[in-house]
Amino acid sequence: MKRLLFSMILWLPLGAHAALNVFACEPEWAALAHELGGEDVKVYSATNAFQDPHRIEARPSLIAQMRRAKLVVCSGAELEAGWLPLLLRDAGNAAVQPGRPGYFEATQFVTMLEKPARLDRSAGDVHAAGNPHIHTDPRNIALVGKALSTRLAEIDPARAAAYRARSAAFDARWQEAITRWETHAAPLRNLPVAVQHKSFSYLLAWLEMREVLTLEPRPGIEPSVGHLARVAETLQTTPAKMVLRAAYHSPRPADWLSQRSGIPAVVLPYTVGGSKQASNLFGLFDDTLDQLLKAAK
Amino acid sequence: MLRPTLLAVALAAAFPAFADTDLDALRAELQEMKASYEARIQALEARLQAAESQSAAASETVPAPAQPSEAVSAGNRFNPDISLILQGRYAHLDDIEHRHISGFLPAGHDHGAERGFSLDHTELVMSASIDPYFDGYFNLALIDEEVEIEEAWFRTTALGNGFTLKGGRFLSGIGYQNEKHPHAWDFADNNLMYQVLFGEAYGNDGLQLRWVAPTDLYLALGSEAGWGDSFPGSDRGGNGVNAYTLFGHLGGDVGASHSWRAGLSYLRARADAREGELEDVNEIEAETFFSGTSHNWIADFVWKWAPDGNPRERNFSFTAEYFIRDEDGSLLCEDNQADGGTCDGSEGAYDSSQSGFYAQGVYQFMPRWRTGYRYDRLDPGSVDFGTNSGALSNTSHKPTRHSLMVDYSPSEFSRLRLQYSKDKSMEGLSENQWFVQYIHSLGAHGAHSF
Repeated sequence: MKRLLFSMILWLPLGAHAALNVFACEPEWAALAHELGGEDVKVYSATNAFQDPHRIEARPSLIAQMRRAKLVVCSGAELEAGWLPLLLRDAGNAAVQPGRPGYFEATQFVTMLEKPARLDRSAGDVHAAGNPHIHTDPRNIALVGKALSTRLAEIDPARAAAYRARSAAFDARWQEAITRWETHAAPLRNLPVAVQHKSFSYLLAWLEMREVLTLEPRPGIEPSVGHLARVAETLQTTPAKMVLRAAYHSPRPADWLSQRSGIPAVVLPYTVGGSKQASNLFGLFDDTLDQLLKAAK
Repeated sequence: MLRPTLLAVALAAAFPAFADTDLDALRAELQEMKASYEARIQALEARLQAAESQSAAASETVPAPAQPSEAVSAGNRFNPDISLILQGRYAHLDDIEHRHISGFLPAGHDHGAERGFSLDHTELVMSASIDPYFDGYFNLALIDEEVEIEEAWFRTTALGNGFTLKGGRFLSGIGYQNEKHPHAWDFADNNLMYQVLFGEAYGNDGLQLRWVAPTDLYLALGSEAGWGDSFPGSDRGGNGVNAYTLFGHLGGDVGASHSWRAGLSYLRARADAREGELEDVNEIEAETFFSGTSHNWIADFVWKWAPDGNPRERNFSFTAEYFIRDEDGSLLCEDNQADGGTCDGSEGAYDSSQSGFYAQGVYQFMPRWRTGYRYDRLDPGSVDFGTNSGALSNTSHKPTRHSLMVDYSPSEFSRLRLQYSKDKSMEGLSENQWFVQYIHSLGAHGAHSF
């Protein structure tokens, strides 16, 4: 009995010195939480760069992590509509329910693009709030970073000063990097590209590139061979320089189109971990620009 | 601008007899007034224009503040989430009058036996947060001349510490498949195990408490207590709890590509004159009434694989569940001697121990396409009919079934399925069954439960 009690005490949280458990829905928010939280947070990423954030199952391991989270950081805007509500309901963790400080939605803090004028499933898997892939524009990461550090300080006031200091340092480095990326990316301006899924709308808007074609007939619906053949025909009249896909997308549609039309298929890391170089947020944009510039030559 | 002119006309009308010089002076004065008014108005218009263009410029250059303009919601923006599930099928089946599973007392009603074209349950589902403390769920199953509230419950969201309390009518958390509604099944019909255990699935009116442990390994425990009038229990009237359950599940990931869950569950239900049908030793249908206690144990195991954990392209899932049911009490066999039967309406002791399992694998080999195989096997085990042993006897036939299916999902919201089954669940019969089925969901985005 004594032994049982002792082992139960070991299970108890370690008090004020324990790192704050952060549950991030996607790797980009895990990386951001890590930048801002440093040693003070223990970050768990629910997905990796090779998983489609639309199609995740509420696995037991995710419920277990949600149970212990003090802060949940997700994209929102219905990106995780298929699995996040299940995790929130099954984990029995009151502190991270929507509306509580422990629940943080990144899309709340940026201006959304591509809000659909018409909500109908015949238009595919549309998100009423707009395109949720906001992190592909680094300026959005800066905005979310500021909000996230404020939230961290609110939840963990004892270490508020540390969060603020890290946030200021990160923001300075990030703004500097944005300037560097923007000069670097000058040759990409007005470049017409095709995309497999609308994952890069914010990236293209930031770099002032032009998205002329989408391979998916409707958002979230796999393109058939017949549809791709029509896309290839359209390319004759509205040419594109390259076709972009995320690391987690199937290589087949983009590769097929690349072979058919002779424009390069470019695999972008899309998020942290999507390529070797994209091991953190800075590497993510370094690699993304490298890939784009290489293909544009 | 109209006013000076009007004034001039009015003055001219009022003083027609003025001398020309006076009139000229007046005219000059009026002209002056008119000019000054017009100048002032023009100045005002210019100022207005300047202000307008300034404010327009301001709204163009200053970006909209990044304010949280949208309501926070993890799921859909519709409140409540409403979805309607349309299901229908074509079944090619043999003409069998009394469908049953040999050696097992029938578990409630079964809709699975219509031949030809038929409509399955149409399900109407609504769910929403009730307030910051509760959420609610409602599932209505509609079929001709029948409306059934499959689930209607509230659940706490703010208890914390891993606890969730659910109250109302709900599908029990025992086993693996039990909480899944037919539209989420991987095959067109129910497996034989759940068919003999509960008919479709075990539901209860009562309370459920669940707890998730704060550990890396998923550990969830739960218990339910309720009215327990559904099979294997029966409506006993009165106060109190007629059925309770206990269940526990463990689960986790192995690397990025594999995940699993395993569990053990127990259900205890009491029955009072629970109706059933059995074939007596003369193979004549006999009405039976069971009173006593039913103990049910279920072991379940699920393993899923997807390359890098991304199920979009390819994925595989393996599911197996095993049950043991022990029932003890008494069984009354209604007098059927008029039909040539052997029952004389006497009540005898009843003690049974039966078991069974199903195992299935479903493989998505390319986007939109899945194929699956399921094997069912039941063991009628031992049944002691006591003083009714002369009239009723247990069979040694072990019901089995092989099922093979292919399904195609044009999107997440629609699915078409073709299934073939070799059904040997009835003694002495081997039936080839074909099903073509559609499942469409309208409205809110469905959940991807494990």
